[in-house]
Amino acid sequence: MYEIKAKRVLNPSTKMLVLTAPDVTRVCRPGQFVMVRANETGERIPLTIADCDRKKGEITIVFQEVGKSTKLLGSLEVGQSVQDVVGPLGKPTEAEKKYGTVVVIGGGCGTAICYPVAKAFKEAGNYLITINGARTADLLIFRKEMEAISDEMYETTDDGTCGVHGFVTTVLGDLIQKGKKIDLVFAVGPVPMMKFVSKTTEPKKIPTVVSLNSLMVDATGMCGACRVTVGGQMRFTCVDGPDFDGHQVDYNELMGRLNAYRDQEVISDTRWSKEHGGSK
Amino acid sequence: MSEKKQRKPPTKKVPMREQEPVKRRKNFNEVALGYSEKEALAEAEKCMQCRNPKCVSGCPVEVPIREFIELIRERDYMAAAAKIKETNSLPAICGRVCPQETQCEHTCIYGTRNEPIAIGRLERFVADYAREHEEPLPPVTPKNGKRVAIVGSGPAGLTCAGDLVKMGYDVTILEAFHKPGGVLMYGIPEFRLPKAIVEAEVEFLRKMGVTISYDYVIGKTRTIHQLMKEDRYDAVFIGTGAGAPVFMKIPGENLVTVFSANEFLTRVNLMKAYKFPEYDTPVRIGDRVAVVGGGNVAMDAARTALRLGASEVHIVYRRSKDEMPARHEELVHAEEEGIRFDYLVNPVEVLGDDKGKAVGMACIRMELGEPDESGRKRPVPVPDSRFVMDVDMVVMAIGTASNPIVPTSTPGLELTKWGYIVADEQTGITSIPGVFAGGDIVTGSATVISAMGAGKRAARGIHEYLSAKAA
Repeated sequence: MYEIKAKRVLNPSTKMLVLTAPDVTRVCRPGQFVMVRANETGERIPLTIADCDRKKGEITIVFQEVGKSTKLLGSLEVGQSVQDVVGPLGKPTEAEKKYGTVVVIGGGCGTAICYPVAKAFKEAGNYLITINGARTADLLIFRKEMEAISDEMYETTDDGTCGVHGFVTTVLGDLIQKGKKIDLVFAVGPVPMMKFVSKTTEPKKIPTVVSLNSLMVDATGMCGACRVTVGGQMRFTCVDGPDFDGHQVDYNELMGRLNAYRDQEVISDTRWSKEHGGSK
Repeated sequence: MSEKKQRKPPTKKVPMREQEPVKRRKNFNEVALGYSEKEALAEAEKCMQCRNPKCVSGCPVEVPIREFIELIRERDYMAAAAKIKETNSLPAICGRVCPQETQCEHTCIYGTRNEPIAIGRLERFVADYAREHEEPLPPVTPKNGKRVAIVGSGPAGLTCAGDLVKMGYDVTILEAFHKPGGVLMYGIPEFRLPKAIVEAEVEFLRKMGVTISYDYVIGKTRTIHQLMKEDRYDAVFIGTGAGAPVFMKIPGENLVTVFSANEFLTRVNLMKAYKFPEYDTPVRIGDRVAVVGGGNVAMDAARTALRLGASEVHIVYRRSKDEMPARHEELVHAEEEGIRFDYLVNPVEVLGDDKGKAVGMACIRMELGEPDESGRKRPVPVPDSRFVMDVDMVVMAIGTASNPIVPTSTPGLELTKWGYIVADEQTGITSIPGVFAGGDIVTGSATVISAMGAGKRAARGIHEYLSAKAA
């Protein structure tokens, strides 16, 4: 059992939990993830490690409540425990290295997920530009944390309620057009966002790394649920990734595979809402 | 004409009751129901109690077969179970999933003229009896102060752990999943091996003193070198299995209704997706399902798909029935349940719609040519034989490969060109001092019992190594 030491509601649908998981903190590095199972009947879901406190033996996870499993996790309070935390899994992001100017792009909940990676880029001596996007102002998260480590920070909202009115690609496209020399782009967020970020950087061949959020069962290379086509090759997100060359990923296939259990997700979610009087 | 001695006609095994095929194809309850006491006694009575029995030479874990059968005849079932457990920590499992027909029963002397003694069914009977009648723990061996880490709680790891704890070692199993058993838990379905039985066998080991840490991925959470150097284990046994799925590398394999057998079975068995939505892990099931492959895993996947509500399930195999690697019993059970077998057929493409769902599988017909390296006749394509099977779900059950997590995180560990660990067959010794390995991660995918045999030999190898080191 892994005790919840702190909890923060980042916005109505996004929550942050700090969990005791000393075995994970001992070795985890930016970009890695854990598999979390909330209770005995729960499913195993992959969540990126958003922060890690080695001294206390605690990791932070941030997630958006999109269905039963994330709502169940979000309903747990400080002092309660989650059944299983396994990790750290996946390969770390190659962030502890100097590239020059690095643009880190987070969409929605992705902002929290890319925070440790952004921090590592900064600590390695890179000039750090961050672009954080959300649908609307209320959904922007980790603003102070990102501001503290960024050399330049941009925020975008689809509805213009905060920062630039538009998408993260609006800002990224501007930077490129203005002739900003960018050595690496790292993006985490919804699949369409990562797809369009990669499209934006492709003409100038700016190296672009995306962190994928495939469905997984074991997350140790055993089931193949997370398989994705990268550069025409079958790769497993759990052991070969989660980071891949953004210009090589087959996003349409990834999107289809992410929706594989949509019907069952609706059944579970409806059942949860009935039992808990609508989603909180 | 010489006088002919009147001989009795050959006898058959006392049959074991089973759930009716029409009934069982709709539930996950165990198919085979086991012997009653009367049936077990009748079967045990036939055993000749050979002075030089051959049966035990066919058993990779050296079960004292003659002795335990004699104890059955004496109606001392608890003693019979204890006798088996002297060498085999998992009898209720072996009694269910071992291919006895190629092992102990194959070498049974009584079996030369008759059907052999049903050793597997008798083993199951006594193991179940003991479990259901508060089986006592064996006497505790004094601790020798040495610590051994076992990586993986599958058949190899559990066997190795059981033997070492009996020798007085302090044994810790490190398991990546949240449940013990490895393939016994995620791979073999409930209807063939109830999970409560796996958990009970593991619980017995735990009571004997074996510690199990879950959610612990060696190669990620901790490395083999850390276990040896920082955590100060005196030896490590690697029994991680051959868990990586193999795909055919044909177009359409990444469609959303194409699954590896590992994924399909893990969802259903370990994560209990057959109880969705009571359990949160979902599984998709097609109306017409093709399972590609001819081994036990293919049979398990096909029979699972049927139980989840598929109206038509096909096994698609590129060779003929004679070459099928599945156990005969599994094949018969699958046939009885209505699984259709398409022999000499090989898929070349899975066809999909714009939503990424499979809408058919293009195949070609094969014929058997000259024998290949495996000694089996090589299947060769029949020209212009392409046709499309009308299926909406495909499960790939064509084998597994070495999982790279442990090998790639362990510098100095010698591997074969296929990524399996090089280990001595008799002792499990690897290229790293103090590190032993056995089971599928050494041999590639094989059987539960061969992995158990390797675990047993490695326990002996570890004992010899640590004893020599102490001397």
